[in-house]
Amino acid sequence: MNFPLMPDQASNFARPYDALFFVLTALTILFTVLVGALVLYFAVRYRKGSRVDRSGAVESHLGLEITWTAIPLLLGLVMFWWAAKLYVDTRQPPKDAMEIFVIGKQWMWHLQHSNGVRENNELHVPVGVPIRLTMISQDVIHSFFVPQFRIKQDVLPGRYTQQWFVATKPGKYNLFCAEYCGTQHSEMGGYIYAMPPQEFQKWLASGGDKKRPNQPTMADLGKALYDRLACANCHGPQDTERGPSLYGLYGAKRRMTDGTVVEADASYIRESIKNPYAKINEGYQNTMPEYRELTEEDLLNLLAYIRTLGTAKAPGPVLGNAGPAQIGGANR
Amino acid sequence: MSTAAPVLHGESPKAPPSYLQAGHTIKSWLLTGDHKRIAVLYLISVSIFFFFGSLAASMIRVELVSPRGVMLESDTYNKVFTAHGIIMIFFFLIPAIPAVLGNFLLPIMIGARDLAFPRLNLLSWYLYVAGGLCGVLAIAFGGVDTGWTFYTPYSSMYSNTNVALTIIGAFIAGFSSIATGINFIVTVHKMRAPGMTWFRLPLMVWGSYATSLIIVLGTPVVAITLLLVVMERVFHIGVFSPELGGDPVLFQHLFWFYSHPAVYIMILPAMGVINEVITCFTRKRIFGYHFIAFSSLAIAGLGFLVWGHHMFVSSQSMYQGMVFSLLSYLVAVPSAIKVFNWTATIHKGSVRFQTPFLYVLGFIGLFVVGGLTGLFLAAMSIDVHLTDTYFVVAHFHYVMVGGTIMGFLAGLHFWWPKFFGRMYPDSWGKLSALIIFVGFNLTFLPQFVLGYLGMPRRYHYYYFAPEFQFWHIASTAGASILAVGFLIPAVYLLWSLKYGAPAGPNPWGAKGLEWTIPSPPPTTNFLETPVVREEPYAYDAEAEEREEQAKEPTRA
Repeated sequence: MNFPLMPDQASNFARPYDALFFVLTALTILFTVLVGALVLYFAVRYRKGSRVDRSGAVESHLGLEITWTAIPLLLGLVMFWWAAKLYVDTRQPPKDAMEIFVIGKQWMWHLQHSNGVRENNELHVPVGVPIRLTMISQDVIHSFFVPQFRIKQDVLPGRYTQQWFVATKPGKYNLFCAEYCGTQHSEMGGYIYAMPPQEFQKWLASGGDKKRPNQPTMADLGKALYDRLACANCHGPQDTERGPSLYGLYGAKRRMTDGTVVEADASYIRESIKNPYAKINEGYQNTMPEYRELTEEDLLNLLAYIRTLGTAKAPGPVLGNAGPAQIGGANR
Repeated sequence: MSTAAPVLHGESPKAPPSYLQAGHTIKSWLLTGDHKRIAVLYLISVSIFFFFGSLAASMIRVELVSPRGVMLESDTYNKVFTAHGIIMIFFFLIPAIPAVLGNFLLPIMIGARDLAFPRLNLLSWYLYVAGGLCGVLAIAFGGVDTGWTFYTPYSSMYSNTNVALTIIGAFIAGFSSIATGINFIVTVHKMRAPGMTWFRLPLMVWGSYATSLIIVLGTPVVAITLLLVVMERVFHIGVFSPELGGDPVLFQHLFWFYSHPAVYIMILPAMGVINEVITCFTRKRIFGYHFIAFSSLAIAGLGFLVWGHHMFVSSQSMYQGMVFSLLSYLVAVPSAIKVFNWTATIHKGSVRFQTPFLYVLGFIGLFVVGGLTGLFLAAMSIDVHLTDTYFVVAHFHYVMVGGTIMGFLAGLHFWWPKFFGRMYPDSWGKLSALIIFVGFNLTFLPQFVLGYLGMPRRYHYYYFAPEFQFWHIASTAGASILAVGFLIPAVYLLWSLKYGAPAGPNPWGAKGLEWTIPSPPPTTNFLETPVVREEPYAYDAEAEEREEQAKEPTRA
């Protein structure tokens, strides 16, 4: 039986993370030893009956109080700033990141590459390429956690969240669900396979583990669905009486009937399909039926297609702008 | 007990019966308004819950020895860790110190005959028992599997277990806390004896007062939040479930708005206990009285502004997270101030290594580790990897077991003679403190490593990462030592009730009003209202040592 002390460092975040982690660990040990040693030293030295000088004991000392208020405070502020800076990096994926879509459900992970290759509980990624995960849950809250990458992000029902990483070392890494989600929570996981880029391209082109090459892409599937549901009857190339055009919608700011301005990001468009009553574009009445029966997979395909109709912000990522405000306008 | 006749009772011809002797019928206990009897009722009930919570903990530790579990189904495992969390937090840690030690001591410490509202006090115990019974019934009829955090939409839409009944139990128990909190606040404001100014209050009273403020401000929020979960679950009123137009993350905000301050509800009273014990066993005035008193209030205030540090990966916005992270670093400072002041208190004292003081040493050691590892979790990027892993589990056990339970045991051993008028064997007490300290560290230090390695919390299996097993076995080995450490005091404390040597009014030579009256105290505590003429902790280590050393030649 082995007793490992730290997880592999397999992503761009691992080294900077561990640097701060070790500094915090060193400070923890330092202060614990300092306080422990002082307490024990005083307790033993001044034990009852020991003949030591006890005169001049003070019961308060402003200088000391200020010192031991200021030192932890300053150290704390440094740690806060250091950690916050690293955190900002983890929240801001590069624009050219490769997109992979994640659907969490009790109790499995479903992963989709843009070209249509799908995987369950396994994810193949190339080493050295920034990967952005756009994630949603079909039921309860899950959390996508890869310890060797030092990344974790909750996966929510009802709106998209995302995270990114660059795998730096080929290998097989753990994928865990970190948010308790019911009976088989501990088994909702699998592995991430980081592969050299050429090998990955070959794997992807050959249709993944299932060896099904030339699958329809997500946008193709979205187009088929768009046609089958006859979305174009109301949402064609031009605005109509019944509904606004979806051309150039992605990422645009739209004014709603209640006067608020909403960015048409992935979570907004998803909501407008599932529940059109929630927010209504100014100048229109809600005549659209609720497409509640669409699965998260359908919705991701539709979004991929709508994205191809042009975006307000070019050139952007497929799903939303991963700015500080996060996808889905989650800043409450 | 004639030696117990204190100065204050000089005129009374005959000592009145103690509160334990003031009636022997069951009715005299169940309908009592005496804060001391209610404290004893609470002591019995929280001990029962602690026993069952520990039983659940043992099952968890046994199960995790093997990567594929030992004896339980995953469903059962989930119910066991949920039961452990709910029992320990709602029915042990939150009431333990305030409702047992606080109830008994707060009126005596300020020179009052009872709390301001004795019947409300009794009601709070009945509410606690009613809430506890709901929890017990929920477990007996199949259990609940949401974790103590009741995260939505799992709790409101997906779990098929007794969520509603459990929540109603927690809801009722919440009102028990509120009743105690109000009672303490009013009592401290209105019932202090003449001369007992705010800055003569023992720091235990300051700690209980700050705790009561948190209870009164925070508990209603969680009570209503939990009720909303029941509304969504039973009547499908959409609040948290996106399927019903709700927002699942809203629940987390509301839940942690209370449940983070709840951590301070658990730890502040323990810190209060430490002040009383450390001064007595070092024969020193507390170092920095005002700083300790105000740091309690600072913790109570800032504690309400940091809840978002539980949600750095929940989809909360980045800037919001930054504010919460910054404030979390600020709330760490008052705790650091307390630790440094305690350290300085020992300096130039006359230290007696008796059982309560050993528990204090244990408290300081474990609480320092618990507090410092909290700084990892307050650091945003560091939290991303560590949140929802065993690192968090280890951290909060260091704070709650290392802090609250060590504080509770320190206080229980300190005031046990006052509660029941009997001494326990000090050598057994010291042994138990040592075993608990060693067992605790062996249980929870490995869990820090496990968390850093990536072991998620609430996992039944880990066969896909067998490298975790070594640390799990180490942790379980530690837990069995810890269990022995908790059983020893249970035995000798019960033994002492009958066979312990009579304690007398002040076996430790302690200051404070509670040590001026007989042990156990009479029902009215004081026969005459005491008048306070001195500062708290008026110890003089130097003088006591001089006396001791003057005696020494005769001893030799």
